[in-house]
Amino acid sequence: MNIIVCVKQVNDPEAPPSSFKIDPNSNKVVPPVGVPPVLSTFDEYAVEAAIRVKEKTGGKITALSLGINLLRDVVKKPLSMGVDELVLLEDPAYIDGDSWSTSFALFTAIKKIGNYDLILCGRQSADWDAGQVGPGIAELLGLPCITLARKLEVEGNRLKVERVIPDGFELIESTLPALVTLSNEHPAPRYPNVKGIMMAKRKEPIVWKPSDLGLDVAKIGPSGRRTRLIKLYQPVRESHCEIVTADTPEEAGLKLGQKLRDVKVL
Amino acid sequence: MSEYQGVLVFCEVFEGRLTSVSLELLGTGRRLAGELKTSFQAMLLGSPLDKAPDEAIICGAEKVYVADDPGLKDSLTDSYLPVMEKIIKQVCPAVVLMGQTNMGRDLIPRLAYRSNSAAVLDCVALAIDGDTKRLLMTKPVFGGNAYAVQICETNPQFATIRAKSMAPAIRDESRKGEIIKLQADLDLSRVQTRLIERKTEIAGIKLEDARVIVCGGRGIGSAEGFKQLEELARVLKGAVGASRPACDNKWASDNVQIGLTGKIVSPELYIAVALSGSSQHLSGCSGSKVIVAINKDAEANIFKVAHYGIVADWKKAWPSFAGKVKELMK
Ligand SMILES: Cc1cc2nc3c(=O)[nH]c(=O)nc-3n(C[C@H](O)[C@H](O)[C@H](O)COP(=O)(O)OP(=O)(O)OC[C@H]3O[C@@H](n4cnc5c(N)ncnc54)[C@H](O)[C@@H]3O)c2cc1C
Ligand SMILES: Nc1ncnc2c1ncn2[C@@H]1O[C@H](COP(=O)(O)O)[C@@H](O)[C@H]1O
Repeated sequence: MNIIVCVKQVNDPEAPPSSFKIDPNSNKVVPPVGVPPVLSTFDEYAVEAAIRVKEKTGGKITALSLGINLLRDVVKKPLSMGVDELVLLEDPAYIDGDSWSTSFALFTAIKKIGNYDLILCGRQSADWDAGQVGPGIAELLGLPCITLARKLEVEGNRLKVERVIPDGFELIESTLPALVTLSNEHPAPRYPNVKGIMMAKRKEPIVWKPSDLGLDVAKIGPSGRRTRLIKLYQPVRESHCEIVTADTPEEAGLKLGQKLRDVKVL
Repeated sequence: MSEYQGVLVFCEVFEGRLTSVSLELLGTGRRLAGELKTSFQAMLLGSPLDKAPDEAIICGAEKVYVADDPGLKDSLTDSYLPVMEKIIKQVCPAVVLMGQTNMGRDLIPRLAYRSNSAAVLDCVALAIDGDTKRLLMTKPVFGGNAYAVQICETNPQFATIRAKSMAPAIRDESRKGEIIKLQADLDLSRVQTRLIERKTEIAGIKLEDARVIVCGGRGIGSAEGFKQLEELARVLKGAVGASRPACDNKWASDNVQIGLTGKIVSPELYIAVALSGSSQHLSGCSGSKVIVAINKDAEANIFKVAHYGIVADWKKAWPSFAGKVKELMK
């Protein structure tokens, strides 16, 4: 089984909401100071899923990431978890694209990697929450795509996926190769062990520039965009919380209950 | 004039009826078609369709395309893609809309790229730009910390809409329209996925329908803690929800997660216990009418959106709070 996992470096989505800032002039997010970037949440689940499949079937896992200023500590995390190879599309020409141009660049790199049975992505990136690159790559490669997976099983040349739906799950069977996107209902990503971390330190990523992929720069980055960002803004949340105070927590609980009756909420 | 004209919405049908997001699509599509002074058409997806095509006309569609084929019963994207692709080629619409549903999230990006265009998913507002007549698509980004307004510069312009974010269609029984039957022409040899089973795992009141939700976070600390929340939810005839860490820890089941990647709810009363109010969580509950917060940290973000609250250890405050509520509800 040869597996490709797409992982993206993002600003830490779990940084406190109060640290989130937008520069209105450039329509861009100001990275929070002192909070290092991380791998996008669901991409770590995708790495975990890949390792679990490989543990049963054997084979090779390649992680693929597109971006700039990719911190080696961040993008090497899949290696330390058990991924075999890391390919970076790291060049200014790749960035500031949209879901379409990112899908296209990743698709081109996947074709160059060539030998794949399964491609895994996160359900949506933790910054733009677009949810398009998985189905996008599947479309470009002409593969079946199953989104929101919580469990994967490979049996011979068939794949069985449990897909999360609002009131339960679907069990779907697919041919291979296929593309699957992972949701957090899948078992949590493992912590890298010391051996994994040492291996990752020694392993150097392969970096592909647009020319290595024979990519027409008109199709990637800002010039490849089909969508345009008009405005990025923060919602105003009015704060008007009435705090019920008391000497003890027990009394506060009582008073809160009474309060809800007084204001006719109950 | 562009060769791309009109608004096309894909409406899902369940057990012969239009789903609620389909009614919102019909309302939104008709409004946008009105602003663009263009035609408005719907395609219905599902099987059987029963009276749904007539209902779509009552809800404002001028033309309704149907492909009632038993092969489309399982709502698998794989079988729907070619049928939808065909209709898009035939209609050549300027705008294509669908709900951000199990199907919409898969189908719309694929159809957009297949049409050499692009999409914006999970929109909470759609409007027409007065000058360019392009569709302005607003969606939450950065876990709900921000909103982005985007346009699609290619045609057709594709979008999915978030359930309950836009006004449903207003029915008018006097409306007339045309129903056009299509051959699905499913090529089963090209279908690569198969639905083995679909299972419901929800017991009791659905979160989306609950008038009261008691939601616990990481600070609840255990499954036993959630039992206490459940007890009060029962008294209030409501349901229990949970933040993501509480689900990840298996204190509550995965399908009661509330937030950006869980359920989006808007009950009359939302009681948030021992959860911090991350932007991803608030994305799922900020539409609640009244939010009550119990948190031991006065600086917790939840107090920024709550209407009433106490700063306390929930373990100490809960018995008296729950007891009082029970007494009042008698
Ligand atoms: C892309 C993405 C999507 C996400 N989607 C979701 C989602 O859909 N839903 C979701 O919930 N999260 C989601 N998250 C996770 C989210 O960022 C937060 O990590 C999560 O919401 C925090 O949960 P919490 O408030 O329960 O925990 P914490 O942030 O750890 O907060 C615990 C709170 O409990 C309080 N507390 C602790 N003990 C007590 C006590 N004894 N009494 C009273 N108060 C106490 C603390 O003061 C603290 O405020 C997502 C994250 C990402 C990156
Ligand atoms: N720049 C990127 N590099 C690698 N993978 C990416 C990148 N952008 C998106 N992806 C993958 O596509 C998924 C969905 O991203 P998005 O469509 O941006 O929400 C992510 O969870 C990743 O698995």
